[in-house]
Amino acid sequence: MTLPVPVPLAIDAPWGLIVAIKTLVVLSVIPAGALILGYVFLLKMMSHMQSRLGPMDPGGFHGWFQLIGDGIKFIQKEDIIPAEADRRVFMAAPVVVLISTFLLYIVVPAGPRLVVADLDVGVFYALAVSSLSVIGVLMAGWASANKYALLGALRAAAQLIAYELPLVLAVVGVVIQAGTMSLQGIVHFQQDGSLFGWNGLGFPLILTQFFGFVIFLIAAQAELTQTPFDMPVAESELVAGYMVEYTGFRFLFFFMGEFGTAFAFAGIAATLFLGGWSIPHVHGTLADVLGPIVLFTKVMIVSFLIFWARFTYPRFREDQLQAIAWKYLIPLSLANILATGIFKVVF
Amino acid sequence: MTLDFRAEALIQKHLADARINIELETEGMVLNLGPQHPATHGTLRVVVKLDGERVVSADPVIGYMHRGYEKLTEFRTYPQITTLINRIDWLSSFANEVPFIHGAELLMGVEAPPRAEYIRTILTELSRIATFVLFLGEMALQVGAITPAFYGFRDREHVLNLIEAATGGRFHPNFNRIGGLKVDLPQGWIDETRRVMKKIFDSVDDFEGLVVGNEIFAVRTRGVGVIPAGVGAAYGVSGSNLRASGVDWDLRRDGPEYLVYKDLDWRVWTHSDGDSFARYWVRMQETRESCRMVLQMLDGLPAGPIMAKVPRIIKVPEGEVWVNTENPLGEMGYYLISKGATGPFRTKIRSASFSNVSILPWLLKGVYVPDIITILASLYFILGDIDR
Repeated sequence: MTLPVPVPLAIDAPWGLIVAIKTLVVLSVIPAGALILGYVFLLKMMSHMQSRLGPMDPGGFHGWFQLIGDGIKFIQKEDIIPAEADRRVFMAAPVVVLISTFLLYIVVPAGPRLVVADLDVGVFYALAVSSLSVIGVLMAGWASANKYALLGALRAAAQLIAYELPLVLAVVGVVIQAGTMSLQGIVHFQQDGSLFGWNGLGFPLILTQFFGFVIFLIAAQAELTQTPFDMPVAESELVAGYMVEYTGFRFLFFFMGEFGTAFAFAGIAATLFLGGWSIPHVHGTLADVLGPIVLFTKVMIVSFLIFWARFTYPRFREDQLQAIAWKYLIPLSLANILATGIFKVVF
Repeated sequence: MTLDFRAEALIQKHLADARINIELETEGMVLNLGPQHPATHGTLRVVVKLDGERVVSADPVIGYMHRGYEKLTEFRTYPQITTLINRIDWLSSFANEVPFIHGAELLMGVEAPPRAEYIRTILTELSRIATFVLFLGEMALQVGAITPAFYGFRDREHVLNLIEAATGGRFHPNFNRIGGLKVDLPQGWIDETRRVMKKIFDSVDDFEGLVVGNEIFAVRTRGVGVIPAGVGAAYGVSGSNLRASGVDWDLRRDGPEYLVYKDLDWRVWTHSDGDSFARYWVRMQETRESCRMVLQMLDGLPAGPIMAKVPRIIKVPEGEVWVNTENPLGEMGYYLISKGATGPFRTKIRSASFSNVSILPWLLKGVYVPDIITILASLYFILGDIDR
């Protein structure tokens, strides 16, 4: 099967302008994604799960303005740096976390031509830059000169390294089936594939990679440090872990990083397993228009799963969390790779 | 003097080992858990010495909320004191009043009429329910699940509304009088209570599915903070904490007779494990048992007056009395010495949380930092009850 070659966005404009536009788009998508997830799930879904309403007044309609107002408030707050803190590292840490989120958005395609950069090693790149945030977290924990922050940061480092492996291994199955590491290529594979000769639905890889999808979601949950893997920020014991000394807009950076990354991970999961922006038999400009909507819907579905678990489960202890990664997820994902390989060879 | 070279080599080797050991010896970290910490719900401070995430030693520091109630009682009249003791264990304040009033009544030789005794028992059990449903949510919150905490507060709200309707106070009812109660129950209260009890039954079922049935909760709490029965009893741990260690001991049944527990059909729940999970499970069953007891009492509520004949100015005759009762947090006792004045000469308050927390240094040795929180939550103490 030959894969269609993605056509680059054909705009006749100077290189600098295009880069500026792309940067601006990604920079606006991060807060938008974080806001949407924060509002829909953190404020509204969680409240309704907990037999309460959540914010109802700000903005007039169901408190939609609440998070934006919170953001404005955070920006106005005094920027407090603890006296004992390592000032420069302390100030740089939230930016590092946000940069990791920023880099993640670059490869997620929202349409046949709506992608900032369609890298040949897209999957590899996405998983690599997502672990950059560990550096930011470690910097934050170390520079805060706070024992809770230090404990949180070390937990985060141990956890993110442990769960990086199942995350990567879960994706290998998809890469074997699609035969490409480019995210755009994987979407095209799912759009044009067929189920037992019937191509009405395309071929969403979740059908064959269901275990991969589940492992990916669990590992992503851990990467995002969300409950049940929220040991690094454990509210009831470490108060807020590595974020404990941060105030004002620096805290806002962490918040945006957290939810922005959740959005991006949901996007990657949707792209790898659910077919991304693709609608079977829709190509060209129409796909460019409908693609973002389809992708957004799928992102919301995946995010719903992530946040549903977050609001329901208690958290693991650090040693139990490591045991799950090393004893269950990694062997399972290896078995998944093996099964996928056999499947690929046989069929 | 020259040493044999072999002996010297041996000494040198040991010295080198010692040097390496000193070099490798990592410095422990002292972590101040509290007094400002979400897990200590109040102002308990636990000074924890850590080796990595493992606790080497733990030292609870109490007294941040000491208000001197034992001394204050010496300058108050008996009716005034109930206002104070409402604030000892503020989650179940009505239950606090009972042993004190009972002690004063014993000294005076007054007996409250049966209706008053029934209503006292109902309200005591209601405050037990209000305390325990909050625990059921709170413990899940400390283990990391946010949602059950809100269910706990929602159910507590239902019960507090009942207590407010009957007594006029949500947190501090101050409803007991020596010889009876302030007023009778309001109209429609009994039906409303029946409805609320049904809600509590349902929501305890929810807790059982959401928390007890959750594998993560089980691995976090099973085998964590095990109190053997002997150790627990030696430290003076009481109430549900001790029953979770397998000790079949409940003052409502085994203590000197008080209120109307003898008339009711109920059982004492125990669990053999003694870990945090057992403590959660026992409190969950006791919540149900209390609901059953309340329903029984509503059916058998006798008619009649709610106040015995007592003089206008209460003077308690000379004497001493020790009354201990089964309160939601454990055994609560009052030792009253009266010299015949309008107030007690001396008072000693035995509060459950003080003894329950005293086991912490023994219990926390060798556990991980997250387990500290689990254990603190499962012991379920109230700071006012520790410091008085």
